[in-house]
Formats: sequence, structure tokens, C-alpha cells
Amino acid sequence: MGNPMKIRAASKDGVTEVKVLVSHEMETGQRKDAAGAIVPGWFITELVAKHGDKVVLTSDFGPSVSKNPYLAFKFKGGAKGDKITVSWKDNKGDSRTDEAAIN
Amino acid sequence: MNNQRRTVLKSGSGAALLGMLAAAGIITPGMALADWNKAAFDAKSMADTLKALGVAGTTDSKDVQVTGPDIAENGAVVPVGVASTLPNVTMVAILIEKNPNALAASFVLPEGTEANVQTRVKMGQTSNIYALVKSDGKFFMATKEIKVTLGGCGG
Repeated sequence: MGNPMKIRAASKDGVTEVKVLVSHEMETGQRKDAAGAIVPGWFITELVAKHGDKVVLTSDFGPSVSKNPYLAFKFKGGAKGDKITVSWKDNKGDSRTDEAAIN
Repeated sequence: MNNQRRTVLKSGSGAALLGMLAAAGIITPGMALADWNKAAFDAKSMADTLKALGVAGTTDSKDVQVTGPDIAENGAVVPVGVASTLPNVTMVAILIEKNPNALAASFVLPEGTEANVQTRVKMGQTSNIYALVKSDGKFFMATKEIKVTLGGCGG
């Protein structure tokens, strides 16, 4: 379990904009440490966002997504107080789920 | 004092929570987290990546926009956005031509989600960024060159 995600969701004119900031190292697997050994890759592979029970975004990440990934997207619908749930899974099998209410 | 005990407690509750979520059907393996397309992310070149994604042919389209800086000072954090006005967009992918693995991220958009995503990517060097959009079963592309001035070479 990593650190909590920051999730902001705002509804305006029937469209909800969701912004997610995930706390994750996103190690590429290309870097070498001081001893010259390759630092193994460690990155988020899948991230799913839901509005209530409905999936609104499924994303697959590669190691070239930046450290502490940021993601913003919009979907139609969503009212104030509705719940947005975001879950991710990384290549080491770690995962985390956080939720936030729409403002 | 007793750090190990803390760790054990933490990991224990974490695992229990996951178990509960799974039991409640909130996280169902293979559904909530669909299969990660390893072949596509491992592919080195643009052509291989497109093949792994099952893209047969693409059309350049003005209705797909790639947004990002013209010059990125720090290649580790380059804000990139893809937007499209095409109808029924079901998939969006961001590809970086000169990265070791071209595919940076792909998104599946269910109905109701707008074709407008923004994220941040790493870029090893100055490269073209491609946005791939699937609309009505056809693939469309747009491109933008982003210069990376990492190391202060001035691009």
C-alpha cells in the first residue's frame, strides 16, 4: 500500500472533471545505481477510476509515465457528493484504492 | 521502539482490507484491473507498438489534438494531453517515438467519458509525441514534437 492519492473531482454543467495525483516511484528499470547494477522497474501498470459502480476510465501505464503520476479526465454526469473511486496496481502486485466526493 | 510490530500491523490490516474488498466484489480480478498489454509496452519501435495494440492502419486527423510544451526543460516531467472531437472515442494512447519503449500510456474510455485526458510523461530526448485515438473502430493519429533540454544544452 503506497501513500494516499490526491483526488479532486468537480462537476460543472453536467460534466465532471477528475484530477488524480498518485504517489508512486515509477522506476523505469533503465537506471543504474552507483554500483552499476540496474535498478529494477517498479511502476503502476493499471489504474481504474469509477463513478459509483460505473467505470469511467481504465488506463494502462508504462514506465515512461512520470514519477508521482498525474492524470486528468472528464466524463458526462456526476453530481455533487457522488463518490469517485480510483484504484491502481503496480508491477510488484501492490495496489491501492482511494475515494473522494465530487465537489 | 518496536518498529517491526508496527509494520506487521500495517501490512496485516492492508491485506485484510484487500480481502474484504475482494469478498464484497468491489475488486474482481480481471475485471476491475484488466490485463496489462505487456507486448505493447515492451515493444521498442512505433511500428511494433502499433502492431501489439492491434492497430492495422492509422489516419492522420486534425480532430485529434496533442497538447504539450514546445520545449520541455525537464524530460522527467512533461505534461501531455490528448483531446479529440471525433465521435465514439473508445481508446486513447500516448506514444513517444524515441523513448526506449514507445508506448507511455493507454486509456480505455467507456461511453460518457470525454476524449480529453492529460498526464505527465518522461522523455529521454527530443522526440515526436503521437496521440492515437480509436473512434468508431478506426484509428487516428496526431503528432507534436517536444524538444527536451535536459542538461541545459539549450536544444
